[in-house]
Amino acid sequence: MKQVLEGSQAVAEAVKLARVDVISAYPITPQTHIVERLSDFGAEGKISAKYLRVESEHSALAALIGAATGGARTFTSTSSQGLALMHELLHWASGARLPIVMAEVNRALAPGWNIWADQTDSLAQRDTGWIQLYCENSQEVLDSTLIAYNLAETVNLPAMIILDAFYLSHTYEPVDVPEQDLVDRFLPSLKPKFQIDQDDPQAFSSLVTPNAYMEMRYNIAQAMDETISQLDSIEGKFHDIFGRRYGAIESVQCEDADIVMVTSGTITSTCRQVIRDLRAQGEKVGLCKIKMFRPFPIDAIRSTLQNANKIAVIDRNFSFGATGIFAQEIRAALCNLPRRPLVFGYVAGLGGRDVTTGIIESIYRCTKDTDVPLSESIWIGLQEVSDGRARS
Amino acid sequence: MEERVPEKEYMYSGHVACPGCGAAVAMKLFLKALGDKTVLIIPACCWSIIAGPYPQSALKVPVLHAAFETGGATASGVRAALDIKGQSDTTVVTWAGDGGTFDIGFQSLSGAAERNDDFIYACYDNEAYMNTGIQRSSSTPYGAWTTTTPGKEWKKMRKKNIVEALAAHRIPYAATLNIAFPEDFVAKVKKAKSKKGTRFLHIYASCPTGWRLPSEQSIKIARMAVQTNIFPLYEVDEGLHYTINYFPKEFPVKEYFRMQGRFKHLSDKDLEEIQKMVDEDWRILLRKAEMFP
Repeated sequence: MKQVLEGSQAVAEAVKLARVDVISAYPITPQTHIVERLSDFGAEGKISAKYLRVESEHSALAALIGAATGGARTFTSTSSQGLALMHELLHWASGARLPIVMAEVNRALAPGWNIWADQTDSLAQRDTGWIQLYCENSQEVLDSTLIAYNLAETVNLPAMIILDAFYLSHTYEPVDVPEQDLVDRFLPSLKPKFQIDQDDPQAFSSLVTPNAYMEMRYNIAQAMDETISQLDSIEGKFHDIFGRRYGAIESVQCEDADIVMVTSGTITSTCRQVIRDLRAQGEKVGLCKIKMFRPFPIDAIRSTLQNANKIAVIDRNFSFGATGIFAQEIRAALCNLPRRPLVFGYVAGLGGRDVTTGIIESIYRCTKDTDVPLSESIWIGLQEVSDGRARS
Repeated sequence: MEERVPEKEYMYSGHVACPGCGAAVAMKLFLKALGDKTVLIIPACCWSIIAGPYPQSALKVPVLHAAFETGGATASGVRAALDIKGQSDTTVVTWAGDGGTFDIGFQSLSGAAERNDDFIYACYDNEAYMNTGIQRSSSTPYGAWTTTTPGKEWKKMRKKNIVEALAAHRIPYAATLNIAFPEDFVAKVKKAKSKKGTRFLHIYASCPTGWRLPSEQSIKIARMAVQTNIFPLYEVDEGLHYTINYFPKEFPVKEYFRMQGRFKHLSDKDLEEIQKMVDEDWRILLRKAEMFP
């Protein structure tokens, strides 16, 4: 049934449909609408999940590590400072191979206090062993949450659904909310591969000496690699039931493109419009949307980008001392190709600054007019330029 | 209150505790008292090591090892999962050291206690970070040497009163236990098990390695801690009703301190000061037991 929902509400609907057993969360703007909606569902008897109203994000994830080891399907949600506080336990959740699902609303990190969209919070957690799925609209948020449970429980790794602050978390859009019986068909109840069992007492996450630790890490690496192909088959099943699929990446008119724009999150929607306009003007431009950042779908990215001459990566994030983070990963993915396109990195929209069609078009023009990319990122739309490096 | 120590063992003999480890004795008594249908959560502490490396375990009950500061929250999560699965008769226990309880895990414990989540939190207290090599914690007593309070820098602050802090949460049950008083120990664990909500057990667990004490004196020093009123045996029901379980004859603290290498730098004058502190704490406890029976 079509409903008009915020991205946050789409997450909550999906959590309800997934029949989650244990929810544990701590409030932080702009994640709050998710946990408030879930609290309402609980108060209205629409969900039967145990809801642990803990005293910090750190405890939110700690509680879910306990609950997931106990065999429960689990959910939490956070943003920015909250995700940073969870950092230790992000590693713990993946190391313990627990299929916890989290909705992470991309928000800038302080100081200064900034509650608006910025991807650095989640990208700073790229090495923690979590599957990361960046979403573009509310429908994708709802669908991806359901897919994330199936995926996480298949490979026994935790998964993050990631949505931009306000542009997605607080924006109303029509969303097709699926019927419960169809969701039950796609996502049966959790059958844990291991759990706390009185009849078979095990020690979980105990001391591991050097002669076993490395193999355990290799197992995680293998599970991550498997996640790419599992996404394809799980989305296939999702498509059979609901008629929608997204892919680890999406390619829009890349086949004959000289320049391919690479985006993630809500900037993608704006970029779709720019591509249409530029194509109408005869420009040979394409768009590559990256949905899955961990694991990074290298093969799909290579085959989509390898025939272009130039790649323009738009990063709403930054790694100080390096470049935009998507640009780093794209360069690394392409570097061993015999014939590789030039990669231009742009930083835009940090701390919630709007990335308009005009900005994206200026990025395209800059890429087209420049023969050799800089090794640094180009910061777009800086109001004060002290080192002469920024262009608009 | 006293109960016989049950026969059934829940520990294997191959654990890797130091000789004379009070924490090992504490676990042995604790599991005997709890019996079957127990799940242990062990945040980082000596027992993370004592329980043995993968793929072995020194314990006959399920154990979930957890991050240092997560003892309270992890128990809340395990409890929620077991309740959802209809296993509400399983006792969930967090078994943590003093560092994981008094210091880094205090927020998580306070959160769980405020929610009154249904589990037993047992802190075995060896009065410093022993697993990392005898560094001071907020449980380290006034006067103690540790590797981070060496020489003239011996600890000048009082030990945090953790039982009072937890009782202030108005939890159903808080009590002190001591390995040298096994019948009292077992009775309190059984009483804790019979209650719902957050129950807090503060267990005195001597550490010959960290206290610079011959290992065969581990139980003796534990007994003296009660006899000198350094570690009184008492209970707080509902955060309000105080019961003192043992009234010692007047034993001075001096011998307790002189037996342990960690206090060898203290002068007789220092010990007189400490005696005053212990006497003062005991008087406060007596008053509470009188006023709030």
